[in-house]
Amino acid sequence: MKEYTCIVCPRSCRITVEEKDGELVITGNTCKRGYEFAKNEYTDPKRMLTTTVKVTGGVLPRIPVISTQEVPKDRLEDCLKVLYGLELKAPVQYGEIICENILGTGVDIKASRTLQAK
Amino acid sequence: MKEIRTDITVVGGGPAGLAAAVEAKRQGAEKVLLIERDFELGGVLQQCIHDGFGLHRFKRRMSGAEYAQKFIDECEASGVEVFTDTMVLEITKDRELYACNSTDGMMHIQSGAIILAMGCRERTAGQILLLGARPSGVMTAGSVQRYINMEGYLPGTRAVILGSGDIGLIMARRMTLEGIQVEGVYEVMPNPGGLTRNIVQCLEDYNIPLHLSSTVSFVHGRDTLEGVTVAKLDENRKVIKETERYVPCDLLVLAVGLIPENELSKGAGIELDPKTRGPVVDQDFMTCVPGIFAAGNVAAVFDLVDYVSQSAEIAARGAVKFIRGEKKADAPLCDVKLDGNVNFVIPQKVEASFEGTREFFMRVKKPDAETVLQCTTEGEPCGRALYQRVAPPEMLACEVSGVKNGDLTISVAPRG
Repeated sequence: MKEYTCIVCPRSCRITVEEKDGELVITGNTCKRGYEFAKNEYTDPKRMLTTTVKVTGGVLPRIPVISTQEVPKDRLEDCLKVLYGLELKAPVQYGEIICENILGTGVDIKASRTLQAK
Repeated sequence: MKEIRTDITVVGGGPAGLAAAVEAKRQGAEKVLLIERDFELGGVLQQCIHDGFGLHRFKRRMSGAEYAQKFIDECEASGVEVFTDTMVLEITKDRELYACNSTDGMMHIQSGAIILAMGCRERTAGQILLLGARPSGVMTAGSVQRYINMEGYLPGTRAVILGSGDIGLIMARRMTLEGIQVEGVYEVMPNPGGLTRNIVQCLEDYNIPLHLSSTVSFVHGRDTLEGVTVAKLDENRKVIKETERYVPCDLLVLAVGLIPENELSKGAGIELDPKTRGPVVDQDFMTCVPGIFAAGNVAAVFDLVDYVSQSAEIAARGAVKFIRGEKKADAPLCDVKLDGNVNFVIPQKVEASFEGTREFFMRVKKPDAETVLQCTTEGEPCGRALYQRVAPPEMLACEVSGVKNGDLTISVAPRG
């Protein structure tokens, strides 16, 4: 059994998910969106990935990046390792793809700002 | 001294200043000058690399930097004149600014209208009662954020966070991802200061404990931080001695609140509201000094950047009306009256002759469920919104229209 705090709206329902005879039993939600939230959290939790990547020759030494979609939660750490191994050269444009299909997740990582050269 | 004349001068190039400058241009103001003290525009958004910005305005999840980039691009395209690396030193009630930078030296800027958008500042160690030594390694959450996200430094290896405001929660996650061990978050109040989604996604996701009704009761270390004593608090917020516990750490992160930055406003003789700690403004976000407007976090600390941009656009439209002579300098004002569970509202005043539609923003005093936000004028409804749940960290916004004779009462109360 797992318990989640729903973050769909400020009501913050405590939702429990249990597996009984191969079926998911979801209780504590007050709406359909809460049901979906808990189901996703239990079966396939995903998160947006945001971090920074090293840049040389820019007005700043790091550039923020963001995933184009959510990434499976258990792949976040491995994705971060890939991004920490990268080194970009300024200038970098907002929206530029920094890493395509990161670790085969089907998600691209893009620059979330423009960073000018020094 | 260099003499400059502008139609509208905006002080501060963060989200409020950017939105105000762009909107002023869109409304047809000719010479709009935006002054920023940092080397680039964007303000605090440039260090907010996490997502969750722009849900209202752009209907998608953007990082703070992305949200800023949208406005910076618009600002560049719209012909706003920008001075970066420039410090405004003084503002007078006659809409003059004194500013300086290393290329132009001292400048005297006479403006048709001024929009204040200086944002807010974090409360520091000196502003809370933090007992013990004063070693290095004690810093605000925003400083840690700037070090890590923009400048590429790791300011510690093992951290304790005091305060559960959103920046503290965001930094708990960020530091964890960067390999800093976060021992826990300590919050003086019995309720978390930040949004539930941040408690869930920043603390629970990473098994970081949140200690409510708790504090840092002593700071240890001569030159550099060695550790802190943490303790539970009783209902009078006094340390319970028996619960004291030593936690070794080399970083104490303070996320203990934000205060609007109003030194310039005070110098111009602008009246401040003790509740918001920002200028008292009318429905156009004009302060008590005619032609000087305030927008975003300098006016009141907002929880969402979308509201910051919105308040700045209202101020910009007001400023353009003012320079065209369509907004009176001395219109009689009426206080917005509050009822029920409303802690404060911004704007605090309306012109007696105010007729149009405007947005009002407020915070409640205490959490409640099944509530209705009701706006009334002379006994008639003039705005309404339903909330399943309200809490002090989440601002409420409501559109108000058709106010008669400046009579506006806003209440938040249980339904039925």
